[in-house]
Amino acid sequence: MGEARRSGPGRLLIAVYGIFALAATARSAAQIGTRFDQAPVAYLLSAVAALVYVVATVALALGSRTSRRVAVVSCAVELAGVLGIGVLSLVAPAWFPDATVWSSFGSGYLFIPLVLPVLGLAWIRRTRGGTA
Amino acid sequence: MIDSLSVALTAVALVAAAWSVLLVALNKPLTLETWLTLGVAGLVVLLEVGLLAQAAIGVAQLVGTDRELSGPTFVGYLLGPVLVLPLAALWAVAERSRWGASVLAVGCLSVPVMVLRLTQIWAGHG
Repeated sequence: MGEARRSGPGRLLIAVYGIFALAATARSAAQIGTRFDQAPVAYLLSAVAALVYVVATVALALGSRTSRRVAVVSCAVELAGVLGIGVLSLVAPAWFPDATVWSSFGSGYLFIPLVLPVLGLAWIRRTRGGTA
Repeated sequence: MIDSLSVALTAVALVAAAWSVLLVALNKPLTLETWLTLGVAGLVVLLEVGLLAQAAIGVAQLVGTDRELSGPTFVGYLLGPVLVLPLAALWAVAERSRWGASVLAVGCLSVPVMVLRLTQIWAGHG
C-alpha cells in the first residue's frame, strides 16, 4: 500500500515538503495580510504556491490511489510554476516587485523549489510498483 | 536580539543536524536505546529549550522596542522553530528505518534559517 511511499527516503521528502508548505503558507499570509496592494500578482502567486505545497505534502503523506494522482498533479503544477515564474521573473521583472517562492527558479530558497517536484515525481514513480 | 543566543542556537542546530546525517550514513535507526541516538535526542531537547528562551526574550524585546518592524512576521519566526523542531522529532522517531534521522536533520536545518531571518528582521533588513 502507500506505506512504501511515506516510509524510508519518502519520509525525508515529505518532511522537506512539510517545511516548505509551512514556510510558503506563513509567508503568503504575512504578505497578503500586511501589504497586499504593493504587489498583488506576486502575493497571489505566493498563496497559490503555498496551497500547492500543502496539497502535495498531504497527498504524499496519505497512501491511497487517489492521493497518488493528486500528488502527481501537484508536483507537476509546482514544476510548471517554478519554471514558468522563473522565466517570467527574469523576462518581466516589473510584474514582480516582490519575490515569490518561484522567482528566479527558486534561487532565494537554494533552488529547492526546482529540485523538490522532480524528486517528488521520481519518488512517486519509483514506489508505483504494485501498490497503486 | 541577543547575538550570543542566536549563535549558540545555530551551532547546536548544525551539530544536531550533522549528527542526524551521521546516523543516516551509519544506518542507525532512531531507537533512543543506544548512546548515539540518545545523544542527538539530548541535543534536540537542549535546542528546544534554547528556542523557547529565544521566543520569550524575543516577545519581551518586541514589546519594549520602538523599532520599525513587522510584529506578526517577527513572532512567526520566533514561534516557527519552537513548533517545527518537536514535530520533526516526533515524526523522525515514528520512522523505524534509518530515514527517521533524516527527518530530524531537516528539522534541525530549518532552525538556523529561521534564526537568521529573525536577526535580519530585527536589524531592519526585513
